[in-house]
Amino acid sequence: MLQEKGYIGTPRNRVDGRAKVTGEAKYAAEFDAPDLAYGIVVSSAIAKGRIASIDADAALAVPGVLQVFTHENRPRTAWFDINFRDETAPPGSPFRPLYDDKVVYSGQPVALVVAESFEIAAYAASLVRIAYEPETHMTDLDIQRDEAYVPPRKRTGVKRPPSPRGDPDGAFEQAPVKVHGEYRVAIEHHNPMETHASTVVYEEDGTLTIHDKTQGSQNSQSYVSSVFGLSSDQVRVISPFVGGAFGSGLRPQYQLFLAVMAALELKRSVRVVLTRDQMFTFGYRPLTIQTISLGANPDGKLVSIMHDAIQTTSPWEDYQEVVVNWSNLLYHCDNVKLTYRLSQVDTYTPIDMRAPGAALGVTAIETAMDELAYAAGIDPVELRLRNYAEMDEADKKYFTSKELRACYQLGAERFGWARRNPEPRSMREGRELIGWGMASGVWEAIMQRVAARAALTPDDRLEVASATADIGTGTYTILTQIAAETLGLPMESVTTKIGDSSLPKSPVEGGSWTAASAGSAVQKACLSVREQLFKYARRMDDSPLANASIEQVTFAGGRIHMTNDPSAGVTLQQAMQAGGVDRVEAEEKSSMGLLKNMRYSGYSHSAIFAEVRVDEELGVVRVTRIVNAVAAGTILNPKTARSQILGGVVFGIGMALEEESMLDHNLGRFMNHNLAEYHVPVNADVYDIDVIFVSEHEERLNPLGVKGLGEIGVIGTAAAIGNAIYHATGKRIRDYPITIDKLLG
Amino acid sequence: MNRFSYLRATSIDEAMREAAADPTARFIAGGTNLIDLMKYNVERPTRLIDITRLPLNGIEETESGGLRLGALVTNDETAFDSRIQDRYPLLASAIQAGASPQLRNAATTGGNLLQRTRCYYFYDPETPCNKREPGTGCPAAFGRNRIHAILGTSDHCIATHPSDMAVAMAALQAIVHVRGPGGERAIPIADFHRLPGEHPEIDNTMLHGEIITSVELPPDGFSRNYTYLKLRDRLSYAFALVSVAAALRMENGTIAQARLALGGVAHKPWRDPAAEAMLQGQPATEDRFRAVADHILKDARGYQDNAFKIDLARRAIVTALSQAASGTPQSQIDKRIQ
Amino acid sequence: MNASRKGSSKLETVPVTLTVNGETKRLEVLPWTILLDLLRDHLKLSGTKKGCDHGQCGACTVLVDGRRLNSCMAFAVMKDGAQITTVEGLARNGDLHPLQQAFIDHDAFQCGYCTPGQICSGVGLIEEGRAHTRDEIREYMSGNICRCGAYTNIVDAIEQVIGADAEAGR
Ligand SMILES: Cc1cc2nc3c(=O)[nH]c(=O)nc-3n(C[C@H](O)[C@H](O)[C@H](O)COP(=O)(O)OP(=O)(O)OC[C@H]3O[C@@H](n4cnc5c(N)ncnc54)[C@H](O)[C@@H]3O)c2cc1C
Ligand code: SF4
Ligand code: FES
Ligand code: FES
Repeated sequence: MLQEKGYIGTPRNRVDGRAKVTGEAKYAAEFDAPDLAYGIVVSSAIAKGRIASIDADAALAVPGVLQVFTHENRPRTAWFDINFRDETAPPGSPFRPLYDDKVVYSGQPVALVVAESFEIAAYAASLVRIAYEPETHMTDLDIQRDEAYVPPRKRTGVKRPPSPRGDPDGAFEQAPVKVHGEYRVAIEHHNPMETHASTVVYEEDGTLTIHDKTQGSQNSQSYVSSVFGLSSDQVRVISPFVGGAFGSGLRPQYQLFLAVMAALELKRSVRVVLTRDQMFTFGYRPLTIQTISLGANPDGKLVSIMHDAIQTTSPWEDYQEVVVNWSNLLYHCDNVKLTYRLSQVDTYTPIDMRAPGAALGVTAIETAMDELAYAAGIDPVELRLRNYAEMDEADKKYFTSKELRACYQLGAERFGWARRNPEPRSMREGRELIGWGMASGVWEAIMQRVAARAALTPDDRLEVASATADIGTGTYTILTQIAAETLGLPMESVTTKIGDSSLPKSPVEGGSWTAASAGSAVQKACLSVREQLFKYARRMDDSPLANASIEQVTFAGGRIHMTNDPSAGVTLQQAMQAGGVDRVEAEEKSSMGLLKNMRYSGYSHSAIFAEVRVDEELGVVRVTRIVNAVAAGTILNPKTARSQILGGVVFGIGMALEEESMLDHNLGRFMNHNLAEYHVPVNADVYDIDVIFVSEHEERLNPLGVKGLGEIGVIGTAAAIGNAIYHATGKRIRDYPITIDKLLG
Repeated sequence: MNRFSYLRATSIDEAMREAAADPTARFIAGGTNLIDLMKYNVERPTRLIDITRLPLNGIEETESGGLRLGALVTNDETAFDSRIQDRYPLLASAIQAGASPQLRNAATTGGNLLQRTRCYYFYDPETPCNKREPGTGCPAAFGRNRIHAILGTSDHCIATHPSDMAVAMAALQAIVHVRGPGGERAIPIADFHRLPGEHPEIDNTMLHGEIITSVELPPDGFSRNYTYLKLRDRLSYAFALVSVAAALRMENGTIAQARLALGGVAHKPWRDPAAEAMLQGQPATEDRFRAVADHILKDARGYQDNAFKIDLARRAIVTALSQAASGTPQSQIDKRIQ
Repeated sequence: MNASRKGSSKLETVPVTLTVNGETKRLEVLPWTILLDLLRDHLKLSGTKKGCDHGQCGACTVLVDGRRLNSCMAFAVMKDGAQITTVEGLARNGDLHPLQQAFIDHDAFQCGYCTPGQICSGVGLIEEGRAHTRDEIREYMSGNICRCGAYTNIVDAIEQVIGADAEAGR
């Protein structure tokens, strides 16, 4: 046990804050290299067919142009598609840039123009002429949905829906209260503020140092090694700062391939930065059509849950996420049928986007539950309490901890839910109808195996290191807190190194597992350092700790002292001297599978309450108030944790009201591929957001009791807003985003 | 990006002369639209004439009692000029409803009037578009057209003009002063932008080599009874789906004079003098406003995504006229509809 | 599209002189060099960010002659002679600008990528002196997108600095 509560659980400013507010923090496109060349990607105009010809003569004639790479002159890379698989690749055959003359989606990279400067490359790229032979493409899920299939191969880490239980159809048939509907959420693109970029530094010895925008430096490293046949010590990936990603950095994106290819061929450092428009030319949150049928008794108790989802995927990979399972995770029911299918469209493969699956599935089920509340005449919170799942019924496991009840209660109190008149259109102020809605959120608490190293040096400096990442999540800060607390040092004495493939092994940063997994690894490594130090300290001549056990001492202020007598102690320096070492180092791995084959399931939960004001005549919606009560185990840093939830809620506002990547099915192309026409929330869209962390004792998942916060803030937010809009207007919109047009009339 | 040669013009004459000599030359002012389009390779001028150092940047009184806005006055300067705020609050409001503070610091009077459509296809050179490349077709008409026009469209183009400022100017009956090789012209704003017809590649009635020198605001600014109501897909920093500039002169509870211009619905700020006449001498009632809205929209045509704009425009007109009549203009800060 | 195919002809440069964070910089650049790229690539001042390159996000906001502008929407040559302040130029002798400190204290960022633009925009806003209420701050900061969703904290940070300035009679 840790004797001192110093940093963990206290609000702390970000340790990388100063770097970020001064512009010192360097992102992938900002590392310099001698003779750096600039690459600009040319994207395909058509969605399907082949490239008939590429005329790059005019581009090549521009002084300063180094090369125009196309499928015709692509240097040799790995032949087999398996070499292109990365850590998070779904089953299938990954996309290989510039592989051949085939065009498989609109916006596919078809050429890379490399020049001495960005300006020359930009000019030259505009001179490349490409002729295509188009073939018929299909991007419309409404047409393709009849072709939906159950993915034959399961994606690693993504649970399939459980087998049906009971007699869901029969129970629904006979249920006195029923809800049935089709729910949609539009395609979204991640659009982190930093576009994807790679700066490949070609070192003098021919090795590569790569600054890549990625959520996993080692994922990028192994991809590059495997694709280009390099040994792992020839490739190092360093990404100390990542300008957001939300999932887009989980897989190596094509700019990485192109930059490395060019650097190897030209034997020169190369930077390739995607444009904002090109951010719409790879993964996205898939279009999802969900059908839900809920049957209940008059008291609101569910007797049947049927939840089906069909999602888009690409023709070459079976992307999968968990969409439908959440319904039964949230609600107890004996008759359950959850189904999930895919349908291929001629777009790139979808990629996990913040709260993949849950953001969609929970939006649908929580909208349907609101409908059920009205159908049964029961308060929406009460309805959820009546159907509260005490167990993970699909897996027949208990929850490690679940304070969702408290979320409902505390959230409702803070929001003033008790004052709500359930009648739609019952509240107004001037022209505006006011509505209050709520929803629940749930996300799996995932543990990954992460390694971390801790090293103490004589100046009382502690360095902790792991190849994990900070994409804005606060990883630097919480790891620093954990390390400082474990060794009783001030946070200023700790340096945290992450985002570098040469550091101890870590999977990609995602799924909200980083705080728990990397945090546990750092804690473990620091505990090992502690033990060594303590051993040395006891060995010291006349050690005041000679007869103590480690449980009886406290590490604080750079000293180890008796907990019951702070004057009896030694400094860490003395201990190191006694051990005859000038460095105490340990590397440890977080343990996963603690839960494997056990009786427990780990999930975080939330209850979101939303107030909207809708102009009755014009359909203008303002989300004036959100209360999000979250139960996610130990909160390491309430300040950065709160920010994670705020950010999730803003993402949810986008999903509820604004975000939609519009496909032109005639062209098979996303048309609003920019931030002027793909609308994400701006400052004026965001009013008050109140975050409550419900105290939740968690001890089974990991020693820190952490569940993770990156996703939970998004989940349920869109439904809470949609439900509030129903309460305000009496209009039930099952098709997100709820734009102005859907509220007219 | 195209390569171009750059000239920093030192006089209006020089700018005009240089432009006239080169059919692909373009003036550049704030750059917020031209650079945008050049980066997308939609505009590919080979010569760029920087007019920002020309003496076209004051706001001056005119002899008739109006104001003259220099072509280079930035949108921000205009919107926060005390004379504009007092006498032409409709214009100040419309400008504030558009773009962002940073963009308004760069955008100029002339450039704003001449900004091009935000049609997705126009902006994407990999797709056909009659406006960008005459004769290639108009995929918007059968594709995605949420932001497209419902009035005055043609088979060749259904694009809108995206400016907010121009909509207010249309209601104020501003006059655009241009100077060109052929001398000076004063173009009433109603005749400045054009409908797409068979030539959607032509946005307006300016001739190559002509330069906007100023925009003249007539004396009557309708500063008591006005509003600029903008409806869009988020609460700020988005183009209008529909916007309405309404300006009324009220006398003893009746409407003595009415001006109404719509944005986001056509290839130009949309005015309908017959509809305005329907308000003259009438009391300000919702019924009347509805009749006016119906009249304006009687020939409106919706497409796949934008049919809702007809209904939205109808409601927006009624709301805007009510706001103007009651002297409660829409705030651009408080997002509640007044 | 009438692309000039005179590809092989020499690319002519133009001279530009800018004062960036108090230092005078003389450069020769291609005419179509964008101010943002000049700062990031040519002057290695990568604090100013590129989020969209089209005026749609505000990440590239800098102060030009004291006013906030999107540096991605300006040819560098057109700003010849201008005084430019970037995020790197806000701190004085190692002391952070009050707004930089307020951003840290209010956790007004996550990934940090929009942050330099937010801060320069915020400094511009404070200079303009038009924002007094949260509604006004929200509207006048709407030209800066934060995909991480730090908006409420950004408003808190700016409100604090405006409040402190008001108290100090600035
Ligand atoms: C993301 C984004 C959002 C925006 N949102 C809005 C909005 O909501 N509402 C809105 O109204 N606008 C909006 N705008 C558009 C903005 O207002 C215009 O880009 C701006 O007004 C153009 O002015 P400028 O001076 O920068 O023009 P420039 O880009 O310099 O020029 C535009 C055109 O005008 C020509 N030109 C300029 N000045 C003259 C002159 N004096 N004589 C002859 N020709 C001239 C140029 O040759 C060029 O063809 C937005 C822009 C962006 C990028
Ligand atoms: S609407 Fe006009 S601008 Fe848009 S694609 Fe059609 S022709 Fe081009
Ligand atoms: S990079 Fe300039 S506004 Fe986005
Ligand atoms: S902090 Fe990441 S975009 Fe604002």
